[in-house]
Amino acid sequence: MNFKGRDIISIKDFSKAEINYILECSKKMVPYAKGEKYTNILKDRVLSSLFFEPSTRTRLSFESAMNRLGGRVIGFSDPSGTSQKKGESLADTIRMADAYSDVIVVRHPQEGAARLAAEFADVPVLNAGDGAGRHPTQCLLDLFTILTEKKKIEKNKIVLLGDLKYGRTVHSLAYALSLYGAELTFVSPGSLKMPKEVINECKELGVEPISTSNLEKAISDADVLYVTRIQKERFPDAEEYNRVVGIYKIDNGLLKHARKDLIVMHPLPRVTEIDPEVDKTPHALYFKQAFNGVPVRMALLSLISGGRL
Amino acid sequence: MRELKIQTIKNGSVIDHITAGNAVKVLHILGIPKTSSSTISVAMNVKSKFGKKDIVKVENRELDPQEVDKIALIAPKATINIIRDFEVAEKHKVKLPKEIIGIVRCSNPTCVSNFNEPVESRFIVIREDPPRIKCYFCEREPEDIAERII
Repeated sequence: MNFKGRDIISIKDFSKAEINYILECSKKMVPYAKGEKYTNILKDRVLSSLFFEPSTRTRLSFESAMNRLGGRVIGFSDPSGTSQKKGESLADTIRMADAYSDVIVVRHPQEGAARLAAEFADVPVLNAGDGAGRHPTQCLLDLFTILTEKKKIEKNKIVLLGDLKYGRTVHSLAYALSLYGAELTFVSPGSLKMPKEVINECKELGVEPISTSNLEKAISDADVLYVTRIQKERFPDAEEYNRVVGIYKIDNGLLKHARKDLIVMHPLPRVTEIDPEVDKTPHALYFKQAFNGVPVRMALLSLISGGRL
Repeated sequence: MRELKIQTIKNGSVIDHITAGNAVKVLHILGIPKTSSSTISVAMNVKSKFGKKDIVKVENRELDPQEVDKIALIAPKATINIIRDFEVAEKHKVKLPKEIIGIVRCSNPTCVSNFNEPVESRFIVIREDPPRIKCYFCEREPEDIAERII
């Protein structure tokens, strides 16, 4: 399977077989991501890390991934120090990064920004999140986490909880899990329901998601609980945010209603939706999930750069 | 050959079976009359056996069927009749192209195509009739295509 030169913009650009291949490669990267083994397969390659929006995990794990592969990283994490401040278009910024590097990682507040970036760059572009749109590498690391913990993705009962309207990770994930035939339940406040478009995509793939507001019942026989933050920054007005924030909270009391092998995932950052007391339980997978960003992004960087272990 | 319900022309093009009320938008999509000095007639709410329809008649200009295909966005049942010496010489049913470029504005206010970037709006056609399109950039599907014509 040849990924050399390919852009990573949307999970929908990939077949199930291609996703499986990426996950296989990610598994091989784990000891390198942990620093137990060393490689220089991307020696002398330069990655442009262009973060027009804040990020902790995505940016650091991409940079860690490139460094672990022996490559180097240039870029910015705050666009206020760039010519964007002077009114430069994204297209022109991308043209510059294209000239200075071998691969571009971009996070941007506007939806479709990564697709636009790919139009103006000859080198491969990886989407690190575009507004409330897509976040394919998060989706892949979520699939990788489920696969490594549950040994399979298909037929798991998976609950997606929280901001299903604006949360970009859950849109990509619902689509990808449907590709595998997982059983999906969506739990959200009424004003933050999963968009119809996403539900229709699941149905087109043969999955009939259940939508409910009853979290306790939803998790009673679930294999995976995927929690998302209510994203204040995506709300058009503060009043709407205040009405829904804190409606759902995962704590040890709630998890008594769940199966012992339920895993709780979260793309992080969390605010109040998961009580820190959950961190010490075997349910808590979110920090391991965050680590998985490194091997998955190492796999993607090596595949699109043509580097082989 | 079926007689057209509006005054016949000697040479030119007739766009028939336009969804009633959409004739002006059809002209707008085709860039007519800006791109044409021809005489243009518009008939709206014309009675037909399938209900009401609009008709556009462009004299002394043969429209390229492929150029006209994009009107299928708002008039998926339209036909293009090429008239030569008062006869319908060619008849073509509009068919949406695979991509619609620069005609529809994305309904997503935070789509990158709605900002100051050097790109035209671009949509992938998902279904032809009734038309369903998806923004190439943000993947949003506009529900009210006719209202989004640039």
